[in-house]
Amino acid sequence: MTRTIGRLELDPARVKEARALARRVGRPVVTLAKKHTTVSVERATLRLAGLAGADPDGTPWVNRLVDAVRADVGLEHGVALPVWEALARGEADGLAGLAQRAGAGSVRFRVPEGRDATRATSASRKAVGAGVRRLDARRKERERMVAKVGDAPRSPWIYLIVATGDIYEDIPQAQAAAREGADVIAVIRSTGQSLLDFVPEGPTREGFAGTYATQENFRLMRAALDETSKELGRYVRLTNYASGLCMPEIATLAGLERLDMMLNDSMYGILFRDINPIRTFVDQRFSRQIHARAGIIINTGEDNYLTTADAVEAAHTVTTSQLLNEYFAKEAGLADWQLGLGHAFEIDPDVPDSFRLELAHAMLARDLFPKAPLKWMPPTRHMTGDVFRGYLLDGFFNLVGALTGQSILLVGMMTEAVVTPWLSDRDLALQNVRYVMNAAGNLHEDFRPAPGGFIEKRAHHVLDESIRLLDDIAHDSDDTGLPPLLSAIADGTFGLMKRPADSGRGLEGVARKARDYYNPASELLDEGATR
Amino acid sequence: MSPVIRPYGDTTGDGMVQLSFTLPMPHSKIADGAALQLATKMGMDPALVVHSKPMGPDYTFFVVYGRVNHLVDPSQVQVVERDFPLLTPKEANAAIKRSLRRRLVVVGACIGTDAHTVGIDAILNIKGFAGEKGLEYYRELKVVNLGAQVSVPQLVDRALAEKADAVLISQVVTQRDAHLLNTREMSAAFREAYPAGKRPLLVVGGPRFDEAMADELGVDRVFTRGATPGEVASFLVHRITTASSRKAS
Repeated sequence: MTRTIGRLELDPARVKEARALARRVGRPVVTLAKKHTTVSVERATLRLAGLAGADPDGTPWVNRLVDAVRADVGLEHGVALPVWEALARGEADGLAGLAQRAGAGSVRFRVPEGRDATRATSASRKAVGAGVRRLDARRKERERMVAKVGDAPRSPWIYLIVATGDIYEDIPQAQAAAREGADVIAVIRSTGQSLLDFVPEGPTREGFAGTYATQENFRLMRAALDETSKELGRYVRLTNYASGLCMPEIATLAGLERLDMMLNDSMYGILFRDINPIRTFVDQRFSRQIHARAGIIINTGEDNYLTTADAVEAAHTVTTSQLLNEYFAKEAGLADWQLGLGHAFEIDPDVPDSFRLELAHAMLARDLFPKAPLKWMPPTRHMTGDVFRGYLLDGFFNLVGALTGQSILLVGMMTEAVVTPWLSDRDLALQNVRYVMNAAGNLHEDFRPAPGGFIEKRAHHVLDESIRLLDDIAHDSDDTGLPPLLSAIADGTFGLMKRPADSGRGLEGVARKARDYYNPASELLDEGATR
Repeated sequence: MSPVIRPYGDTTGDGMVQLSFTLPMPHSKIADGAALQLATKMGMDPALVVHSKPMGPDYTFFVVYGRVNHLVDPSQVQVVERDFPLLTPKEANAAIKRSLRRRLVVVGACIGTDAHTVGIDAILNIKGFAGEKGLEYYRELKVVNLGAQVSVPQLVDRALAEKADAVLISQVVTQRDAHLLNTREMSAAFREAYPAGKRPLLVVGGPRFDEAMADELGVDRVFTRGATPGEVASFLVHRITTASSRKAS
């Protein structure tokens, strides 16, 4: 991918300071996350051990089993020891049978001790290890396919969205979009899914403004795109969304079904979905460990800050969030090439110099994260229904993308805020991208912002504000004893939404780990081990 | 003076319009002819296919310009006209003080799965919209903004707890009429939770609503694209202060 490094003459000491502050703000949150588990982390662990499917009411067996274990012995020990102790006792032949019997109330769980505990530890590690090895195999499979059929021919990767609600409609649309030039297909989820505390099962044909993320839908779409990849001679990547109450499980299913990119933001669930902050940070860390292992590129959600706040005034919150996302991602084991940090073209076009401001912000992101595959997102907030003006705005968005060497370009639709994209909207949007990339794709070779000029000054200013904000957060403490970042979130520092650590959705699914807590998945992921 | 008009291209009365669409057929001369046929059936005569382009092997995109013969009679158009006076923040504050002798309580939220707070924030946040300050700026308004993805029961509970005079709902997501379904669910819940005639004023806003649908949706007012905080505040003040003076007399 094209790299354009060091254009803004950022002061390396300031950049270092920004990262040090992000680390200082993030580390206590990681410490807190490590001390807790959640129902979704435990369910993801069972999914890695091979438990799938749902009862006749559609409740997944992982939910039934985790709930049963929790009712008997609580969540604080983790479910692995009680589950594999029950299996060792001969309560059932396998996880599926155990889940069914537990769902019927005919198994009592207990926390094993001594030799029983040792036996349950090694049996659970063996079972979960098989799932982790499957993540590894899927990653290798991707690498092999990319080597064999070829990769996306150029940068930025063209990212197109499909969202019909029906997986069987999505498939031909995704294949058509790939043939029209998409390098990445994102299947938008049904709007409500991030608030579901379970992952639906099977292929789905109904959704609100999107298609449910299920293991079977993942499998069907990946298989279809594998076919299209071979036909086109380039590997077409598939994206879905891990955010919400089931981050760890959806991340796991994505890894098991060889999805390639996943939306995964460290704070999005808290700020925009009112999910409990501790739940989010615990789930986020586990899900990112899975993504790291599975070779999945994460996409972070900084664009969201600009849909609720002014894109000029709030520019530094995007930078701050990128720095925090980077810290949390690297702590969870993700490499630079996996950090699809997000940012967006959302400044009011009536603001004087709006294009120069966009250029400054995009260039700042590029220079701050030179090795990250940045995800550049199109205007939505100032798309008014005037499709002609919108088309021009998307052209300027594409031009900023070309000038600043963005890596993943989410294609803007002129009918944003009017209709879900029509076939012709997508075609016109791709023409727009092709024209700009063909006409100006290499312009970054000639383009340097004037030293000390408007763009450079603006970028430095945003970085300074971001450092100030991180410094404020680092000093934001209250008498709860919680990490400063959590009090800052409670105060409404980000996106103007106040989210206290003791409220929000999914809080009841969080437990503080007991001394004897055991989770074979976390252990294998921490160690990088395969068995 | 004739009230009847025609579309305007570059000469009064020329009736010129533009149109774009896709036909599910391969790009060819026949496709161009088919596009012309559609335009003619739509009342464009003469019609001119100025652009046709294949989109993949099976579809063709067209841009058509042409003249329509239809006459438009603005006197026959029905719209919801503003039936309340526009007040400045100062006037609104004074009216509330005079008739309520307390602050007017407004609870706002995006309900259902809608996460787009752009609309509700434009109306409520002090920053405002279209050069007008949001409702938070009004001294005599107490604004409780619950943000995104609030469930209807949560909203009703909060409205009861805050003794809300008015509830503002924003709905941006419209796939499969989610905005209409959510709004009806909301108004039904308020009818159930409050004694008749006691429920707060219900106001819904969003870019895809029809202003004339208020009754059908069970709400007091629908605001649509372009509504400003000043209009919303003026409406609330008008309805609530006139209702309370009616009660007093």
